[in-house]
Amino acid sequence: MQQTRRCTGGGRQRLATVCAVSASRTAQGLRGRTAVAGVGETTYYKRGQSPDPEFVLVVKAILAACEDAGISPREIDGFCSYSNDRNTPARLANALGLEELRYSNMQWGGGGGGAAAVVQNAASAVHAGSANVVVAYRGLAQGQFGRFGQGGRRPAVRGEFAYTLPYGVMSPAQMYAMRTTRLMWEHGIDRSTMRAVALAAYHHAQNNPRAVMYGRPLDAETYDSSRWITEPFRLYDCCLENDGGAAMIVTSAERAADLSDTPVLVLAAQQSGGHRSGAWVHNPTDYATSSFKLGAQHLYEQAGVTPDDVDVVQSYENFTGAVVMSLIEHGLCTYENANEVLTFENLRADGGSIPLNTSGGNLAECYMHGLGMQIEAVRQVRGDSTNQVPNVNVSLSNAGPMVEIASTAIYGTTAVLG
Amino acid sequence: MSSLAEGTYLPEGLTQPAPMRDGMDAPYWEGTREHELRVQRCADCGTHQWGPDWVCHACQSLNVEWVTVESTARIYSWQRVHHPVHPALADHGPYIVVLVELPHADNLRMIGNLLGDPMQDIVIGSDVEAVFEDHDSGNPPYTLVQWQVTAT
Repeated sequence: MQQTRRCTGGGRQRLATVCAVSASRTAQGLRGRTAVAGVGETTYYKRGQSPDPEFVLVVKAILAACEDAGISPREIDGFCSYSNDRNTPARLANALGLEELRYSNMQWGGGGGGAAAVVQNAASAVHAGSANVVVAYRGLAQGQFGRFGQGGRRPAVRGEFAYTLPYGVMSPAQMYAMRTTRLMWEHGIDRSTMRAVALAAYHHAQNNPRAVMYGRPLDAETYDSSRWITEPFRLYDCCLENDGGAAMIVTSAERAADLSDTPVLVLAAQQSGGHRSGAWVHNPTDYATSSFKLGAQHLYEQAGVTPDDVDVVQSYENFTGAVVMSLIEHGLCTYENANEVLTFENLRADGGSIPLNTSGGNLAECYMHGLGMQIEAVRQVRGDSTNQVPNVNVSLSNAGPMVEIASTAIYGTTAVLG
Repeated sequence: MSSLAEGTYLPEGLTQPAPMRDGMDAPYWEGTREHELRVQRCADCGTHQWGPDWVCHACQSLNVEWVTVESTARIYSWQRVHHPVHPALADHGPYIVVLVELPHADNLRMIGNLLGDPMQDIVIGSDVEAVFEDHDSGNPPYTLVQWQVTAT
């Protein structure tokens, strides 16, 4: 090893400088320039229950999104996905009969951290002129390809997992529980606050026929008596695992205005990771975080709105504790008042002050790696959610809290642009 | 510093750890076999670092060394796992995982199991000490670093 640079001890200072520069250069670059012209979903199945192979699920979702947008699938000229989606742009382009494929993009990072980043990537490509019609998509068929959460079964494990797996830390719940323990300890977050997140999701799923938990309501007693997965997570603190496909068509705001009288604009979309957010073995500088503290600032700056302007929120539930972190870090409540503000009554679409996860989210609609929650945010702007909040102009949807690169998008009506 | 008196905290059959193929963290695993806790420290700025990397995250120097540190820590966070996902743990009861921080090494954090009663009360901030858990039947043999609350 050789020394290439004198130590300055200024890593933190440099980071701050970089942040200031990126803020000034990215502010409002995407604001209102692109729109979601159509959304599509397959039937959502319990994990392993899809009658279709994963590729067919993705094709069905894209075709449904095209029909919803009123465009031919052959107009697609770009693809964005995440979490190492197995269904490649080249194969999709073949199947959809594309004359030309101009843009393809895979978002780094595991889990659902990319579910809003794909909107950012698609919108950036359209705004830059790299492509005209980009589809953001995700497909999952766990019967075909195996489950999350089963951990490694290899004879030896290297790298970061060598420091976790031999101690019985291998599933997503086991990898993220200790952040929630620390959140509860540092800030006095109550279990009842996490319970409210679960109850709101199940409440909304009862009005949503697409939801896997439609017809299966949850009450506080059932939550409280449900089995521990790993303390502090009970069964209902953890997301589902499902089969299905979901897709969103991103195009220019001008094209979207030709297709619809009420286009759904992308006001902002932002990736977010803090200092050493990917540091191995649970060593991010800030631990009890959803990774949104910095990204949320850029997000609101880009959208030209404040947390007070947000009418409805989809906040990705891998685990309920992460939702509490995310809502705080997006400025929708504070560490001090989270237990008082985040109640079941306040989180309901029917009259709550912070309507949350109005499709049922990852807990009760479907775990489509969060893309379903981006689609629900779009629906709230269009006015066709099964749990519609009145007069939505600003609709926020985040993705992948606690993972090394999380992301958030804000959608809105043309009225927001003033 | 002590060794585990009998058996291992979790049953045998879990995937065993191995050094990275590029050799980056081999000194850690060699150290555990000698019942020493080794972590990285930047030879330029002196910052202790974990997890291991080729580069000092504080000053971006590539001059990163391995040092043996005192194997004491305090509990930073914890979980009690009730629902195992690995077949080797299928008939095993709850087990405790702790995230500990090393105050004498820039508060770097490590993961291990907390020895003792799996239903014991766990208090963040408690002092703990390392217990080296040898797996001599591993291929190759390896040693894990477990933690137990320091007797007061």
